[in-house]
Amino acid sequence: MRRRRFLGYLLAAPTLAVAAEIGGAAVDPDTAEGAIPSPPEPADTYDLSDALTDAAMPTANLITVQVNPDGTASFALPRAEVGQGITTAIGMLIAEELDLPLSKVTVTLADARPELLFNQLTGGSNTIHAMYQPVRTAAAIARARLLATAAAQWGVPVSSLSVKNGVIRSGNGKTASYGSLARAAASDTVRPVTVTPKPESAFTLVGTPQNRVDAHDIVTGKKKFTLDLAVPNAKPTMVCRPPTINGTVRAVRNLAQVRAMPGITDVAVVSTGVAVRGETFGQCIDAVRALQVTWGPGSVDGESDDTVLDKLKAATPPPAVPPVLTKSIDAEFVFAFASNSALETNCAIADVRKDRAEIWSGLKSPITTQEQIAKMLGLPVSAVTVHVTQGGGSFGRKLFGDAALEAAEISHKIGKPVKLMWHRTDDFRHGRAHPMSYSRIRVNYSGANVVSYEQRHASSATDFSHGLGEILTATSAKLPVGELGFSETVFTLSQSVPYNFGATTQTLTEVPLKFHTGSMRNVYSPNVVCARELVVDQLAAKMSQDPVAFRRSFFKDDRFRAVLDKLAQVGQWGRSMPKGTAQGVGFHHEYKSCSAVLVEIDCRPETVNREVRDGVTGPRVTKAVMVVDVGRPINPRGLQAQMMGCISDGIGLALTESLHIADGLPLEGSWDNFFYTRQWNTPTEMQIVVMPTTTGDPGGAGELGVASSLAAVACAYARATGTMPTRFPINHGTLGFDPLPRVPPIPQSPTDGLKYAF
Amino acid sequence: MSQHTFILNGQRVTVEAPDDLRLLWVLRDLLGVTGPKYGCGLDVCKACTCHINGKAFNPCSVPVSQIKPTDEITTIEGLADRQTGALHPMQQAWLDHDVAQCGYCQPGQIMAAIAKVRQARTEGREISDADLDELRNICRCGTYFRIREAVRSAAAKM
Ligand code: FES
Ligand code: FES
Repeated sequence: MRRRRFLGYLLAAPTLAVAAEIGGAAVDPDTAEGAIPSPPEPADTYDLSDALTDAAMPTANLITVQVNPDGTASFALPRAEVGQGITTAIGMLIAEELDLPLSKVTVTLADARPELLFNQLTGGSNTIHAMYQPVRTAAAIARARLLATAAAQWGVPVSSLSVKNGVIRSGNGKTASYGSLARAAASDTVRPVTVTPKPESAFTLVGTPQNRVDAHDIVTGKKKFTLDLAVPNAKPTMVCRPPTINGTVRAVRNLAQVRAMPGITDVAVVSTGVAVRGETFGQCIDAVRALQVTWGPGSVDGESDDTVLDKLKAATPPPAVPPVLTKSIDAEFVFAFASNSALETNCAIADVRKDRAEIWSGLKSPITTQEQIAKMLGLPVSAVTVHVTQGGGSFGRKLFGDAALEAAEISHKIGKPVKLMWHRTDDFRHGRAHPMSYSRIRVNYSGANVVSYEQRHASSATDFSHGLGEILTATSAKLPVGELGFSETVFTLSQSVPYNFGATTQTLTEVPLKFHTGSMRNVYSPNVVCARELVVDQLAAKMSQDPVAFRRSFFKDDRFRAVLDKLAQVGQWGRSMPKGTAQGVGFHHEYKSCSAVLVEIDCRPETVNREVRDGVTGPRVTKAVMVVDVGRPINPRGLQAQMMGCISDGIGLALTESLHIADGLPLEGSWDNFFYTRQWNTPTEMQIVVMPTTTGDPGGAGELGVASSLAAVACAYARATGTMPTRFPINHGTLGFDPLPRVPPIPQSPTDGLKYAF
Repeated sequence: MSQHTFILNGQRVTVEAPDDLRLLWVLRDLLGVTGPKYGCGLDVCKACTCHINGKAFNPCSVPVSQIKPTDEITTIEGLADRQTGALHPMQQAWLDHDVAQCGYCQPGQIMAAIAKVRQARTEGREISDADLDELRNICRCGTYFRIREAVRSAAAKM
């Protein structure tokens, strides 16, 4: 097969600058992709990755690689880096194509670029999928141009030249560095050119394990996050928030008194509460706690865990396929609210002037935020500059510009720059969360055949208003899912059953409650897949089959089988385990990738009841093994890191991590309330196996392993205890802490820290 | 407001601040030392972990007035060798094991890990799984396993 050529551009610039189009198709129509196949199951053929990638197609948007006179190449990535390692992976693609050391490639984060339309959204594990081709095309053009420039200068044919580490060498021993040619290679007009990127078989860097490019800055404290930036006069700012979600300010009874507190410069009522600005965050905390506010009701004051669950159950349609001449399994599962709180709380810097605004924040959807801020301030979009900063984690949280919008409102109101930080307690109670869901499954089977599989998933509504909606609306004509609503579209595109289970349906019902919600890492999949995999284990048991052998025999795809086989071998599936401990497996495919997880869990009383001060213990996952196939791994080490994070998430979601909603507010207010996995619940053995290139197409990876990990832990727990868990996390029924008060909304910092020095 | 003097990363500093202002805000907001991160202000997440006279502590929960003029405060910025710039073995192990993801928790993780190893040494033993389980630092990116590996290999060089 001929290798495909791609279109790109030489840009008019003082140094060599080249560009390619996101979503740009190959030039040769012979090798263009075929038409989109039709259902039965949309996600099998055309999934969310495709929808997000295709959304880019019609827009004339360019990404630019520049070669600088100092010999480095630079690229402003129109995506967010929130820990997923995307700057490293993209840097590798550029370094590979240019034959330049990775250390000479600088990848920064682009400001909001409204002309990119749908192309600046970091979500759905889509970045590599969407950026792979354009980034390689641009870098390949740069390399070709540099070679052509050297060839012309030396009067030799390009074919006589070679490149190593950014130095071009001629057959007769002449050398020139990229840096020395960068200006000469620059173009003075914009010119379309075509190029054939390096064949993937010639990759020497891509596909090899590389460390994060920002690792040194991280371990020396130099990496700058939003709150670390020194923007002139952007003083610490916090908000006093209501005792229930979306409560509003009726009156502030001591405004003047709080304004006069030491260090406080401003106090102002805003749409989300009462903002205070001061010299230090410590003084802002004092002021927030001192404020006496009369609050109006919020949007979900009457809601608690039980009322929400009742509504979900009532909204779930019953299974449609009656068990006729078959046996069946009916099961139902409940998954509590969970916070996608990152360690960096919601934060943003805003400097709003009469005629312009400048914003700094970790944003995965910066164009939407920019548009919202422009609208709120009555400014043209072009007058709002949005800088995307390095994010301290996201897990879906940074899809929304909540802090950026709030900071802009406050800065606008008080007429001064602000550095807004949410308090941790607020971040849990008023920050977005993954909504509660309820999953009902019916499987009909006969002998060794599964005749039908039905899963009715109901969820308190997930907010997708960050702009993903626009994307899918824009491409809906191309989607093989017809007239579905937006959430249903995401659900349909992301969910598909990997097993040949006869007539298969999975549906989503959303109950519109006014909680603050948003996608959490892996969106619907963790809960949907956990429920499914537990039922798969039940089915295997009914048919007297081993869980791994059962999955193997029902898989639709050899790729899945290969991953599971590898897992069973590496994880020593079936080894004998003491009573009260067990292995469990979970499998998930999505984003054109798949992963299988095997865990060993210890549910013996001496483990479950071990004590940690102010901490939750419970069963311990002692070992976790994951095998992952992403089609083509770009940076296997980065991928392993992400998968380890997915395992931590899965353990937490299965065993310990949830929000308890009571009278319109989550009770959790600290990390000792919201029990995300801690060191004492971390497996002491862990191994991630990255499958070598399979499809050749780089699939998504960032979220892939959450669902399989959660499912594996749940299945292991069921096998260790002999009881299938149906409510998650399993400890949700007991509140393991004393809730912090609602008023004042945030607790004072302790003063006894020295007592705990070690 | 009063003056507070202490030794910060080897340098004597004097800062004007209210007595009850927690040291974290003195470091970050008044002195511009941003290595220690805010993750809770409640002595829970440990993102702000620094050293006082070589011991790990959380400045978000210590009023500046409790810091004595002779106290040596070390933040992540002051960890590398002040003469040669060589990284502390724990920092190097973090690089060798490519521990970090977003990196927000990692300054605190590194400072806590060093103290944990020293604590075990003082008690006459090498770091064990039980010691590692005692590290309370949150990592929301879930780098816990690589932290365990890195601490063990750094301990061998400390
Ligand atoms: S910020 Fe100090 S312990 Fe969390
Ligand atoms: S690396 Fe992101 S919180 Fe630890």
